[in-house]
Amino acid sequence: MATRKLLLLSRSSSAHLHSIGRSRGGARGIGTSSSSSAVDELITPPVKISDTQLLIDGKFVDAASGKTFPTLDPRTGDVITHVAEGDVEDVNRAVAAARKAFDWGPWPRMTAYERSCILLRFADLLEKHKDDLAAIETWDNGKPYKQAAESEIPNFIRLMRYYAGWADKIHGLTVPVDGEYHVQTLHEPIGVAGQIIPWNFPLLMLAWKIGPALACGNTVVLKTAELTPLSALYAARLLHEAGLPPGVLNIISGFGPTAGSALCSHMDVDKLAFTGSTQTGRTVLDLAAKSNLKPVTLELGGKSPFIICKDADIDKAVEVAHFALFFNQGQCCNAGSRTFVHESVYNEFVEKAKARAMKRVVGDPFKPGVEQGPQIDTKQFEKIRTYIKSGIESGATLECGGERHGSRGFFIQPTVFSNVQDDMLIAKDEIFGPVQTILKFKDLDEVIRRANKSHYGLAAGVFTQNIDTANTLARALQAGSVWINCYHTFDAAIPFGGYKMSGIGREKGVYGLSNYLQVKAVVSPLKSPAWL
Amino acid sequence: MAARRLSSLLTRSLSASRLLSSGRNHCLGSSTSNYSTAAAVEELIAPPVQVSYTQHLINGRFLDAASGRTFPTYDPRTGDVLAHVAEGDAEDIDRAVAAARKAFDEGPWPKMTPYERSKILLRFADLVEKHNDELAALETWNCGKPYEQSARSELPMLARLFRYYAGWADKIHGLTVPADGNHHVQTLHEPIGVAGQIIPWNFPLIMFAWKVGPALACGNTIVLKTAEQTPLTALYAAKLFHEAGLPPGVLNVVSGYGPTAGAALASHMDVDKLAFTGSTETGKVVLELAARSNLKPVTLELGGKSPFIVCEDADVDKAVELAHFALFFNQGQCCCAGSRTYVHERVYDEFVEKAKARALKRSVGDPFKEGIEQGPQIDVEQFEKVLRYIRAGIDGNATLECGGERLGSKGFFVKPTVFSNVQDDMLIANDEIFGPVQSILKFKDLDEVVRRANTTRYGLAAGVFTKSIDVANSLSRALRVGTVWINCFDVFDAAIPFGGYKMSGIGREKGIYSLNNYLQVKAVVMPLKDPAWL
Repeated sequence: MATRKLLLLSRSSSAHLHSIGRSRGGARGIGTSSSSSAVDELITPPVKISDTQLLIDGKFVDAASGKTFPTLDPRTGDVITHVAEGDVEDVNRAVAAARKAFDWGPWPRMTAYERSCILLRFADLLEKHKDDLAAIETWDNGKPYKQAAESEIPNFIRLMRYYAGWADKIHGLTVPVDGEYHVQTLHEPIGVAGQIIPWNFPLLMLAWKIGPALACGNTVVLKTAELTPLSALYAARLLHEAGLPPGVLNIISGFGPTAGSALCSHMDVDKLAFTGSTQTGRTVLDLAAKSNLKPVTLELGGKSPFIICKDADIDKAVEVAHFALFFNQGQCCNAGSRTFVHESVYNEFVEKAKARAMKRVVGDPFKPGVEQGPQIDTKQFEKIRTYIKSGIESGATLECGGERHGSRGFFIQPTVFSNVQDDMLIAKDEIFGPVQTILKFKDLDEVIRRANKSHYGLAAGVFTQNIDTANTLARALQAGSVWINCYHTFDAAIPFGGYKMSGIGREKGVYGLSNYLQVKAVVSPLKSPAWL
Repeated sequence: MAARRLSSLLTRSLSASRLLSSGRNHCLGSSTSNYSTAAAVEELIAPPVQVSYTQHLINGRFLDAASGRTFPTYDPRTGDVLAHVAEGDAEDIDRAVAAARKAFDEGPWPKMTPYERSKILLRFADLVEKHNDELAALETWNCGKPYEQSARSELPMLARLFRYYAGWADKIHGLTVPADGNHHVQTLHEPIGVAGQIIPWNFPLIMFAWKVGPALACGNTIVLKTAEQTPLTALYAAKLFHEAGLPPGVLNVVSGYGPTAGAALASHMDVDKLAFTGSTETGKVVLELAARSNLKPVTLELGGKSPFIVCEDADVDKAVELAHFALFFNQGQCCCAGSRTYVHERVYDEFVEKAKARALKRSVGDPFKEGIEQGPQIDVEQFEKVLRYIRAGIDGNATLECGGERLGSKGFFVKPTVFSNVQDDMLIANDEIFGPVQSILKFKDLDEVVRRANTTRYGLAAGVFTKSIDVANSLSRALRVGTVWINCFDVFDAAIPFGGYKMSGIGREKGIYSLNNYLQVKAVVMPLKDPAWL
């Protein structure tokens, strides 16, 4: 049963593939989204919120200031609950706890197997509480409950088991040198890791960050996004139930300019990992440079090309390109947000992409069958609508959508633009919403050049049946992930990260470990060695 | 013959003769300023080499600076001008980056086979061997380090490093990746693009090798800025590289200053990677410029204040000799210098006596003269900085055992200086002096010395002298540094990674670890139809 649950994100979500071909002939009028379900009668989330304080040194505590901030239900904009608001003093307390746990505590001193067992027990507890976690995730974030329950939580569990398996497999090397010396490298935990995660995948981002950090023996101070503070607190409580010693994982809810920047500039934090916008990533790196030069891993924005070649299976390409962009309300750093279609299949593609978008089911994410919930908040909602207006004004063809959906909450109609040109704002900026932009191309060299002409380099999709085209594009595209005839295939073992201004470093897989390890060379002379 | 040269590690060739002579050198003069070993600095040997290359090397050609400006580079033995060198600024960096960009995006370098790249690196190593003596003479003339050290240790090391990286060029493997579904997943380890590299003046050619070697082996192109104090040898070496068959634009060398050429390189939007070796203060600026421009990944090798711990069971004579070498090597101008000598209280008095005797025996003088162990400091700024720290040591009430003054009346020579009774809170125990000033501190027990050794913002290296395997093992884990040398020091090798914990840097150079500084990882994922296995 467990193995059935451990589905890949794309595998469980690609059930869409089966429904393809039945979806043509939808309404064509702009603004009439045929698939909208009622947003007015909302389902009450089947969960109670129990954890709203900061988690420091194994205990839930109020903010030093006593302040709280509200976290909202994006379906309505109503307050779900109030959460302790961390600031500099709270970050200091959390770092002190993590420092103590690293310098004196049992965590880096217990065997790797013992650390591994705690992570495995945590995974078991997550399975036991997966419905609660999925409900909190959907309530606070607005993503479809089915996606949370059947894909993201199983993935979270799978990631923890993956890293549990790494804990006792961190090998150093012995090193051949030019003289009579015995040389070895120790791969040591780096110390206190500061981690800042975004709101689009709160639990998965928690797993990507704490999994490798804990497996390698570090202690952690993690700041959640102010828009989605709830699920990480719940999960962290379970991790303590699983036997995590106090101070090893500390969770601070709060805002970037206060709590986030205190963490980045902290002189006692040995490492920083950040996922979020490129603009904030810059600030994070700048703060690290100005304080103690802590090494920084960054996972930032993207404007990823999705290239449909003339020999592609069009129906499948339409469906996967739709999924590549609209998945998670379009709120993915690696969204396939520049759909490049070969001119010979362009018209057919646009027709079908529009039809598919109009069939997209938008509504209460707790309702079965809903594919798209609300955007995260009013700021993102307004930003997306500004981009849609800019698309219309710059002369792109609005095929469908373009407006808000319903009258409350932050729902946006699935929107498709065709005839998009490279120099339009919607083809350059990260929109982070359900807005697909379709561009036409003639030949491969041209599309490579255009695809690479971006300061981002996170991911790319390629649809072709030709192995030469696939191999050429896979090398030529400046992107950290190239998905060929698929998209959003995430896996614990597949590294993820950006070229250019999409980030620094790789998370997940064997590559994710070195972010949380220091390398120490240990050298001593050899007396009468039997071999060199 | 080549094999014999290559077998001499930096420390092996340098320490052998000294180790043999230790124990014979006690009982020397003990008055503080009476310096028995000073060799004459007055009659200088004329360097057996001409300076042929002083322009920028951009796109395979030597060119003047866009501004037409030059700056003087000096002989640190005298402070006299050695040559005038083209002074690079933002425009020269732009030209060099454009050449490197074109060579990467369109040129043959990343598109030729790794074996072909490897052969060019091997041919370069052969040419380095052929021009060993000129390069060594130029290095000593411009940098002031003993000619023997340049010719018999650093130049062979340069050739050795390029043969090491030549061997890596065709061994950059990606992985195939087991995933949870019907997917074929592989990772490509691709060259990152145009690498900006900024190197310091203390080991101009060795730093050139640490930077250029892995970048070229991985298929990148380079814009390298040398230190303004030592621009000459990198130009010579880069010239040889083109003789070896390097295509134009692959390696561009710009001479110039940090705030102008260096800053232009660090903030350039078309540079995909930056590697810097230098001070922690400048490292911060470099990282800030990268953060504010295009978020290029940055490798930093910065300062240090490395502890050298002599335990009660150590072989004191050997420890004295290596502690001396750990600090005084290269005029004390090493980022990893063993600059806090912690000695167990039981052997402390004996150690101080012998360390002082050894320092007094150190032969300082014209680095071209045979038998000279120590040449001048690099320039007047460093020279005065070192003398200021010596005054701070005296004012802070450390005991000046010997040295403490300049040597001679011209050039930048400083007498080998030893302070005992140094306390952790003194400036000389906290700051990187980067000169021939040994600070000896006393300790009682291991927990204490671990705590004191780790109480620093730096974490580059450490030395441990002990016969006990348990002490060696616990110290090597507890010390928060990138390199722990046990019963040895300054053992460098192409295969041993080097880099810092804490504010001593980010990343590792050399060895297998250095390669990923110059590689991007790309995951390529495809669905599988009816796989035979998963």
